[in-house]
Amino acid sequence: MAERTPASRVGLISVLILIFAFLYIPIAVLVILSFNAGGMPTAWTGFSVKWYGALLGNADILQAALNTLIVAVISTLIATALGTLLALGIETRRRKGRALEALVFAPMIIPDIVLAIALLSFFSLLKFPMGLHTIILSHVVFNLAFVSAVVRARLKTFDWSVTEASADLGASAFTTFRRVTLPLILPAVIAGALLAFTLSVDEFIIAFFTAGAGRSSTTLPMQIFAMIRFGVTPEINALATLVMIVSVTALTLSQRLNRGVIAP
Amino acid sequence: MTPSNARSTLLMAPALAWLTALMVVPCGLILALGFFRRGTYGGIEYTFTLENFGLLLDPLYAGIFLTSARIAGTATLIAVVIGYAAAYAIAAAPRHRQPILLFFAVLPFWSNYLIRTYAWIVLLNREGLITHGLRMLGYEGEPPSMLYTEGAVITGLVYNYLPFVILACYAPLSRLNPELAEASRDLGASAFTTFRRVILPMTVPGIAAGAVFVFVLSIGNFITPALLGGGRFQMIGNLVYAQFLTANDWPFGAALSMALIAIMMGLLTLQTFAAEKGAGEAREAADG
Repeated sequence: MAERTPASRVGLISVLILIFAFLYIPIAVLVILSFNAGGMPTAWTGFSVKWYGALLGNADILQAALNTLIVAVISTLIATALGTLLALGIETRRRKGRALEALVFAPMIIPDIVLAIALLSFFSLLKFPMGLHTIILSHVVFNLAFVSAVVRARLKTFDWSVTEASADLGASAFTTFRRVTLPLILPAVIAGALLAFTLSVDEFIIAFFTAGAGRSSTTLPMQIFAMIRFGVTPEINALATLVMIVSVTALTLSQRLNRGVIAP
Repeated sequence: MTPSNARSTLLMAPALAWLTALMVVPCGLILALGFFRRGTYGGIEYTFTLENFGLLLDPLYAGIFLTSARIAGTATLIAVVIGYAAAYAIAAAPRHRQPILLFFAVLPFWSNYLIRTYAWIVLLNREGLITHGLRMLGYEGEPPSMLYTEGAVITGLVYNYLPFVILACYAPLSRLNPELAEASRDLGASAFTTFRRVILPMTVPGIAAGAVFVFVLSIGNFITPALLGGGRFQMIGNLVYAQFLTANDWPFGAALSMALIAIMMGLLTLQTFAAEKGAGEAREAADG
């Protein structure tokens, strides 16, 4: 952009400071309060990790954390495989129809609540018993869309002549994929997988509707939602901080592997 | 891997099968459900009817649509104004700092939605931090009611979706050719005129994308009204939730979701239109 006067530069910097304050103060307050010994939001009574300790003693939370991990890992593995193949399929296609683009794009924009009730109706009309497995099946839907979007972005700048060279040298299609294509796109595949993992760990509405009755398939966001309804507690602050650390770590890794996953 | 449609189809098949079985078919099912009658004891009676769609026009439900549209519209307007300002400031920063600024602007968007909403409960509740801050400044009256208001719902929506608006507006702003703005100024246009006639039209596609996204996600939102509105502000998302989990009127819930999808598709079409128009004007500006 054009040269700026000192006054307009000060203005722009103030805008940035205000917006970052708005974005980060609520989160920072939460994190700070999770270390407040007294647990009250109104008075700082010393640093303590006891609320984190309390989480470890809470069997419901531990079960929910385990469930979340199971759902996230399995749905990420399936989505990464299917999403990567999908991306390769689309990008090697001569003509991409609008219908195909719309179908692949839809899971990212369809309102969660609509997909959630659609899946709930589908499973219950089929009399398909619901539990962790139905959450996994459902999470793959949006996860594979995100993985394929990340991998497709990488394939847009992919030099297909290297795969032609490999084929000319006598490699089978599978060998070419395993030895040439996959190593080259691997950072994007892992970045996509990390993104899918985070999305799955954080996803609430679809899990809530497809978990079925009973507490055994409660995931962490479902647990957090139930806890929030009873009000502000120091345990939620601690749990929220831990969940955010997981998301932020996975996403920062994802971003490092592949510029453009979160922001260009 | 040379382009070959047969192989490409084979590669896409598993994912497309998954999407068909677990997205297209369930959504089609919802579409069909909207045309059936609710059974006497909940459940579904398989006789064709249009009354679920008629019910959407009932003043009670039409009112909820209007409330949702008002809340979503206000949130969209605020998010676009703040988000555009942020994107503009980031695009104006030195080139090498832009990626990191953008990364931190968007990072909150990828952390847990529930947690980001909960953070506002911590700030806004009657014994929360804001009340406490006011007391420290000498305020002695009743704690102000901030949580469970329309303002709280709007704040939550703006907070949650702002990063996306920043991202959407940044893309066209960062591609803006600085020479165009310079040329405009050299020709005697004021800074405001340059912004209104040159910069703004060229960034319309980004604004439209951001606005549609915020509006669509806000109008169908269920978490924010439930947590920050305390159930006092029924929005379409909560209404859909209630039809499926408490009222047990699935056909009406299905009709409501279809209305949501219709709103979404309508807005996306408008957005495509705005993007094309914006691109046309940008070309004009560049040529003229």
